[in-house]
Amino acid sequence: MHSPLDRRAFLAGAALLTVLPLASARATPEAMAAAIKEVVGAATVREGKVKLDLPPLVENGNTVPLTVSVESPMTPADHVKAIHVFNEKNPQPHVFSARLGPQNGKAVITTRIKLADSQKIIALAETSTGQFFSASADVIVTLAACIEDAT
Amino acid sequence: MTNVLINAPKTARPGEIVEIKALILHPMETGFRPGTNGKIIPRNIIEHFVATWNGAEIFRMEMSPAIAANPFVSFFAVATESGTIGLRWTGDEGFLVEEQVAIAVG
Repeated sequence: MHSPLDRRAFLAGAALLTVLPLASARATPEAMAAAIKEVVGAATVREGKVKLDLPPLVENGNTVPLTVSVESPMTPADHVKAIHVFNEKNPQPHVFSARLGPQNGKAVITTRIKLADSQKIIALAETSTGQFFSASADVIVTLAACIEDAT
Repeated sequence: MTNVLINAPKTARPGEIVEIKALILHPMETGFRPGTNGKIIPRNIIEHFVATWNGAEIFRMEMSPAIAANPFVSFFAVATESGTIGLRWTGDEGFLVEEQVAIAVG
């Protein structure tokens, strides 16, 4: 016996099946929040002290220059211990984590990243005093880093 | 053999903050892309980059597939003593490259 409910349940199940792999292929703002939570733990994250420089309009998502600079005296007592960068819509939320110390003199890092879509990037700095500071930037990407297609 | 570009000053005054830039040739294959046969191309990335000054670690970076191909990293260090700056990249498929540059402080 086939009631309309069965059909509805089947359709819902089928819809879920087709949606799930798509959803897992990309990080989401929630996944990014979870990844940040893993680093931060119970500490609170404050805005400020961190400067995140990357072009607001990116023509090629395959290589996007990014600079993170953190205001810090970089002394043995008070320095930036780590800088983490996260994204919203690449397949994984984590971009990189860098470990620093007073031997670096200043907490500035430049690298190049891939962006799969227009999205928000968050830079997080962890100080030796156990505080967390963050900065975010929204980027528009016109040509995405290829996820779908390879040459 | 491997293609690495390192840009660091050859000399520095004691206590000077110097910039060290490093670029290495590597595909940074994400492991998320299907190839022409429709199969996912296996991940092949550099996972770790470590810098040392006379053997002591001064900087370390853990990379995800979101780092662009041919990873470029720039960071700073306080020039303390003459010696060598060592850079080491390790990653998937047993990737290991070590390079050294000399710096004279004084």
